[in-house]
Amino acid sequence: MSQNTLRRVSPIVYVMLLAAMVIFLVPIYMAIITALKNPAEIRLATAWHLPSYPYWQSFVEAYNMLLPSLRNSLILTITGTVLSSLVGSINGFVFSKNRFRGSEIVFTLFLFGMFIPYQIILIPLFQLLRAIGIYGSLYGLILAHVVYGIPITTLIFRNFYDQIPNSLVESARLDGAGFFGLYGRLFLPLSVPGFVVVGIWQFTQIWNEFLWGVTLTKQSSQPVTVGLAQLAGGQAVNWNLPMAGSFLAGFPVLLIYIFFGRYFIRGLLAGSVKE
Amino acid sequence: MVGSKKNTVYSMLVLLPSLILLLIFVYGFIGNSFYVSLTDWGTGAALRENPLKNLIGLENYRQLFTGAIHDRFRQDLVNAIFYSLFLVAGTLGLGLFLAIMLDKGPKGENTLRTVFLFPMALSFVVTGTIWRWIFSPKGGVNLIPTWFGKERGEFLWLSSREQVAVFNWQNVPQIVALILFIIFALLLYGGWKKGRQTQIIWGAVLSGLMLFYALVLHNLLPPIIPYEEFHGFSLATIGIIIAAVWQYSGYTMALYLAGLRGLPVAMYESAKMDGASDITYYLKIAIPNMWPITLSAIIIISHISLKLFALIFSMAGADNASTGHPSVLMYLITFRANNFAVGAAISVILFLMAALFIIPYLIQSYRARR
Repeated sequence: MSQNTLRRVSPIVYVMLLAAMVIFLVPIYMAIITALKNPAEIRLATAWHLPSYPYWQSFVEAYNMLLPSLRNSLILTITGTVLSSLVGSINGFVFSKNRFRGSEIVFTLFLFGMFIPYQIILIPLFQLLRAIGIYGSLYGLILAHVVYGIPITTLIFRNFYDQIPNSLVESARLDGAGFFGLYGRLFLPLSVPGFVVVGIWQFTQIWNEFLWGVTLTKQSSQPVTVGLAQLAGGQAVNWNLPMAGSFLAGFPVLLIYIFFGRYFIRGLLAGSVKE
Repeated sequence: MVGSKKNTVYSMLVLLPSLILLLIFVYGFIGNSFYVSLTDWGTGAALRENPLKNLIGLENYRQLFTGAIHDRFRQDLVNAIFYSLFLVAGTLGLGLFLAIMLDKGPKGENTLRTVFLFPMALSFVVTGTIWRWIFSPKGGVNLIPTWFGKERGEFLWLSSREQVAVFNWQNVPQIVALILFIIFALLLYGGWKKGRQTQIIWGAVLSGLMLFYALVLHNLLPPIIPYEEFHGFSLATIGIIIAAVWQYSGYTMALYLAGLRGLPVAMYESAKMDGASDITYYLKIAIPNMWPITLSAIIIISHISLKLFALIFSMAGADNASTGHPSVLMYLITFRANNFAVGAAISVILFLMAALFIIPYLIQSYRARR
């Protein structure tokens, strides 16, 4: 419904929205107050109480424990994001502006890879990585993220390039631009917003991934999600550390969401809304 | 738009590396998992470079569905269905509710949208860790009754062994036949209403067969397992469902809000002119008009519900039998017990469940694009 139809928003709506907002923020509240409590102060009976004073030490401890896996995640995520965005861009260029007989079928074949539950490829992937000697290293994880990232990055770039008018392409071709000239001189410079959407999407996906992290790595190459699961997984855990760890592991993506939320939502809708 | 011949050659060359990778990593690997599921890989030295594998047909599947040692798989499968149903119902219901509240453009709309959507950006491991603390038996939500002067709640959110809607696994073929009967009977009814003869015949034959099986044949055949085995909705999954609904309702809200804003203003105005209240407008006009959005949301959320692995793992632990899911069991059987063949069989079952939603969706979007 458009914004210009002036309508009164009833107070009941505000009350319900406010209640929903409070409920949605409960996990954040719990995480903050627990992370900031002195471990001695954390008791189940007072789980909802504010800390009597902020105790920052847990963040330092959790940071030190998660540091190796944070470093792994950073390398993994940046490399994976850059590579899969580049592949997706040139693929999207073909599927949008250089269609050929059967290209729609190839595109559908591509898309299928986005929707499979990844358990179905896990055993052969595990075997292949072992066979070529990169099992348990970051290279194996990067390879998996780049390959299985192709469908979504291709889809988003295709939708993005569809918005570039065909007349522009025609006139560039009349001026003698070939396939790569057209891509390199016209499309790539226009692609910055596309790269932002794809980059943000891939960054959050790779950063948040857990299944491959827990099955295809060794201690030395664990991503932060696995590091956090281990930090939190022990029996009789001290809850200040997992909560502080959750903040550290969620911080980079939360930061991206707060500053680039618009683009994140575009990536989110790309997988579900057809043009 | 179609380019020149030279362009087509370049296009194909550019796509070739991606195509080869996907043919191997998606299609080849799916085929390989299916093959592995037909072997006995995992009974011997499974991690050797060239492990012994013998083809044993569908034995792994038979064991999963009727074998005595795999009763956990059967409960996990039941859990998976309930996870999907409740996740779809919860996210669609809450998402639609939030979208309708926001549709009128209240003050602070941007802030509210941001709050409802931020959980989507976080990893299931991060949110699962936090929710585990919220659902701890002697703290968190169980303390809420004490604010109102009542006793502390005693429910074991993530470890309760209680089940409701319990049924005997021996009756599953009968239940499935009855569900199929209903589907085929609806087909028959639809054919009768639209006067389609072939549809009437097929509907009548298939629904008749299903009813015959459920009422007569099922009682004559030997039971699929020799003893009674009970499964049902495990109450320990409620906590995980709540966490998952919290995480994904923002997504359905965004979908529905885009849908509501996309409806023509005239639609609202003419409804108002006819004296319809806001509630009538949403129920009778807006929601039915957003059916395509609802359909794709159902498909996508059902698909997400098959990927709850990380949330269950971090909230309840992989070994927790009450909250299990086939994806978690696949991990345990493959990577902890090294029983690759049975792990592959579970992954194939998961894949087929996803394909049920995904293949019609892809065919439909292919047709729409062409």
